[in-house]
This record gives sequence, structure tokens and C-alpha cells, in this order.
Amino acid sequence: MTDIANAPKKKLGLKERYALMTRGLDWETTYQPMEKVFPYATYEGIKIHDWDKWEDPFRLTMDAYWKYQAEKEQKLYAIMDAFAQNNGHLGLTDARYLNSLKLFLTGVSPLEYMAHRGFAHVGRQLPGVGARVACQMQSLDELRHAQTQIHSMSNYNKLYDGFHSWRHMHDRVWYLSVPKSFFDDAITAGPFEYMIAIGFSFEYVLTNLLFVPFISGAAYNGDMGAMAFGFSAQSDESRHMTLGLEAIKFMLEQDPDNLPIVQHWIDKWFWRGYRVLTLVAMMLDYMLPKKVMSWKEAWEIYAEQNGGALFADLARYGIRPPLGWQQACDDKDHLSHQAWATFYQYQAAAPFHTWVPSEEDMAWEAEKYPDTFDKHYRARFEEWTRMEAEGNRFNNGTLPQLCQVCQIPMLFTEPGDPTRICYRESEYNGETYHTCSDGCKNIFDHEQEKYIQAWLPVHQIYRGACFGPDADPTSPDFNPLLEVIKWYRYDVGVDNLPYEGSRDQQNFQAWKQMTTSNAPTAG
Amino acid sequence: MSTVFIAFQTNETSRGIVEAIEDDNPNAVVSEMPALVKVDVPDSMTIRRSTVEEKLGRRFDLQEMHVHLITLSGHIDESDDEFNLSWKQ
Repeated sequence: MTDIANAPKKKLGLKERYALMTRGLDWETTYQPMEKVFPYATYEGIKIHDWDKWEDPFRLTMDAYWKYQAEKEQKLYAIMDAFAQNNGHLGLTDARYLNSLKLFLTGVSPLEYMAHRGFAHVGRQLPGVGARVACQMQSLDELRHAQTQIHSMSNYNKLYDGFHSWRHMHDRVWYLSVPKSFFDDAITAGPFEYMIAIGFSFEYVLTNLLFVPFISGAAYNGDMGAMAFGFSAQSDESRHMTLGLEAIKFMLEQDPDNLPIVQHWIDKWFWRGYRVLTLVAMMLDYMLPKKVMSWKEAWEIYAEQNGGALFADLARYGIRPPLGWQQACDDKDHLSHQAWATFYQYQAAAPFHTWVPSEEDMAWEAEKYPDTFDKHYRARFEEWTRMEAEGNRFNNGTLPQLCQVCQIPMLFTEPGDPTRICYRESEYNGETYHTCSDGCKNIFDHEQEKYIQAWLPVHQIYRGACFGPDADPTSPDFNPLLEVIKWYRYDVGVDNLPYEGSRDQQNFQAWKQMTTSNAPTAG
Repeated sequence: MSTVFIAFQTNETSRGIVEAIEDDNPNAVVSEMPALVKVDVPDSMTIRRSTVEEKLGRRFDLQEMHVHLITLSGHIDESDDEFNLSWKQ
């Protein structure tokens, strides 16, 4: 081992290299005042006295960044290519799994692209060079995430339904307005709020819940493509979380007046992000055929344990856990069951397939949720199983009321009472606005002028804004819901409706059989 | 007491890194999930370049961890020789 110990040292240590490669790169203007070049740097009320106090704990310089990102890409594309070349999709546990990917591609990948735009914008607007370099890297990372996700999932689009119009759908489909409005909300905030919203609340407190258990679940279900893009993305997230944590520490250390502003943003963005993760809860508990971990277990590890440690640490600055934290912890026993039941009822309106959990799956739910599943949720699924057997599948044909802030249908229950739906109301300029929870109501009441502008899909459908140009509402057989999903560009009857009997199910079974048989196939 | 953690993709390099963490952090708890390995240590964790090099039998730049890393928690303090994670409270 002596030759290793005596190996030639680099001339400069990491700290010196980082300092030399990041400082003095900033833009000091000569013929325009700085405040005109950085017009968004002060209006949020955040006071910064010394940008040189900013430090990237990873001390990653651009040259090292390119080197390691290139290695990550090579690894990732080698796996994705091998997976496609080897008909990897036939190694999936079950084609039901693909529905979670459809949700991912329509709901998450466009957010990666928005994060790329957001960090490019914030990197331009923050006056400090350390923060700008880190934002530049994150902006490039996010673009890479969008691209690798699209590349990976494009392989499935060749063979399976529902992957074709994800970008079109993201801007229109009712439940996709939940992730879309979340990011639009963040990117229209000021640069410091954006850093707390995405860099801290989303990246640090919440993304682990998506990218660690769900992606581990993708691997468990045989999807090497999703495993590769997911873990590759999350390896960048480690850097992003570090940036988010540095951003919050930096703001709090720069001026005591920043504390109440930052605390409010934490309260707001924890709740906004938590609501978006409703979809992830359902993916873990209902959509993975082989389940790796329940939402409740994931929440306990990544939110309660890790988030708890984080907020205990930040207490030295006067930061307390976000409002809504306790409710989110209490709701871990209910969230996924309420969400999946909603998608099941609205199966015609989503471009992926749904199913009622099997007896075996319900036994898993009951084991993971001993206090709630049998008591509150099993009976409903059993009734739906019975109705399906009678050829009378339950479909909800009315449009749900949406929350003005998170845009999720009013499906959540009152804190402490899972038998009553939670409704909140606020008055503003003579109008009544509806929210799904105390968390969303607080957000609304603090910024009414922003949230009254929400593009709520159900309202828009009733306004007639969600039909194609050839729809004719005066025709006697006009079917408004059918016209809406045509406008969403669903392949009606193929992308939506139950998994049982779907083309995905039939193809997957037929192709699986071909892997072990030489018998000619019909058709 | 707060716990810090780090998780890697399961592969031959991360096997050496995890063994090094176990050697240098006697309270480390290793858990394996599909395709990933996670290490939890109470309060703080140290990853030493020299120990990783011993395990891998080759030179190792700690920033090479970025290629295998999935996620982590805690404050980072990194130099050429050590990578530390800790909570300050």
C-alpha cells in the first residue's frame, strides 16, 4: 500500500482548486448599475451582504463536472441500449408496471425540463458567482434528466400504448395540471423563492421519495431503463440537495430579517410539493406489480427520519418544521388508498390503465397499513371487484371539484377523520375559492392574486375551452367527456380504460409466450 | 440523535466504498434494496480515500463517487482525502 500512499499529489488541494475556478468569474458591470442588470435580486426582501460567503460544499468545478457527467451518460446509455437490444421489456414482472411509467413521462419528465429553464433563469438573476456556477450545473443536469427519461421511455412507445403524446397532455390533462401548476408556480416566483421551492423543499425534502423507492421498485420489476435514468438523475440530485441546503443556510446567515420570509416559503413549498407526491404514493402502493416498499415506509425513512434530522439541524437558525408537516405524517396511512380509488373511478379520463387490487395485493396493503386498510379502504375495493365481476364496473361520470391551489380533486379527508372529505373556502373580491386543506388555504390566502389565475381543468371544461375545433356542442349526440379526451389526444378505448383486456395486456402476454416457444403466432 | 446516510448503486466500486465506510464508521448500518445499497450512521460519517483505495486496490478520487452515488443527507465537508457528512445540532 506504500505506493498508493506515496502517489503523487495534485499540486492544489480541492478547496484551493474550487476557489480558483469559481471566484472572480462574476460579472462586474461598468456602464450599467448592478441593480439594473440584476433586477430581481432585491424585490423579495431577501438581504444579502456578502456573496463570497456562498460555498458549494461539493466543490465541483466545471472541468470535473463535465468529466463525471460524461461518465454517467456513458454508463446510462450503455444500459439503456442493452435493455432495448435484448427485448428488456419482456423481463418486466407485468405490463401493469408500464402505467406507472406513463404517469412518470407525462407528469415528471416535463418538470425536469422546466427545472432546467428555472435554474438557467435563476443562475442569470442571482448576483453571486458561487450560486451562479451551481445553478448552471443544475440547469444542465435537469436538461439531461428530461432527455434521458424521454430516450429511455421512447423504447416503450414503440410497443405499448399511452406513451405517444406526453408533452401535449402535460399542458391539458386534468391531473397533469397538478405537477404542471406546481412548477409554473415556482418558476414565476422570484429567484430566492425558487431556490427554496425547488432547490430546498422539493430537492432536499421530497425528491428522495420519488427517485429512491420508486426507482428501486423499477429495478425490482425488471425495468433496467428506468433504473438507469432514475439513479443517474438522483446522483445529480445529491448535488442539488446540497445546493438547496447551502442556499437556505446562506440566506439565514446573511441577515436575520430573512428568517420569516424563508420560513413562509418553506411552509408553502413543503405543502405544494407534498401534494404533488400524492401520485408517487399511489405508484408505490398500487402501480408497482412487485412492491418494494410502502409509501408509509418510504415516508418514515425519507421524510420523518431524514427531514426530521434536517429540521432539527436548522433549528439553530430559528427555522421550525413546515406547517402541515404533522398532517402529512398523519396522512401517510391514507394517501395512496384515496388517490388510487380516485384514478380507478376516473379510468376513462386518464391515458393509462387502472385495476382493482387483487386479493393478494390487498393482503399486502393490509399488512403495510394495519390501522387503516381493512377498516376504511378494503370494503370499497371489494365492492368494485364484485361490480366488475357482474360486468358493471364503477365509473364516475361527473367532474370533480378541484382545489384552487394544488389542483387535485377534493379527495383528501379531514385531519383525524378519514370518513369526511375536507373542504376549505376563502372569499376574495366577492368570489368564493375552494381549497382541499388548511395547507392549500393558507397558501391561497397569502397570495390570492396569484392563485385566482389558476387554469383549473374542470372549470375550463365547463367553459367549453377543452374541445377540439370539430366538436359540435349543438349536435344531439354530443358527448362532452369524449370530446375532452379526444382533445387530450387519447387513443380512446386503447390508452384508457381497465388494464384487464387492454391491448397492452394482450400484447405483453403474447410476446412473453413467444420468448419460450417457436409456435407460429396468429395474426 | 440524527442519522446521516448515503446510498449508492449496487456495483463493484460501491462495494469497496461501502466496505471502507463500515471500517471507518463502526456504527454504520448497511441496508440493501433492489439495485441500491444505503448506509446509515448516527450523527456523522467519514469516507476516507485511503481506506477506499485499500479496498479497491487502486487509486481513487473521492469525486469519482458522483458516478455511483444515488443520494445522501447531512452537511458535506469534502477534501481530497476525506468526505464527511454530519448534522450540526
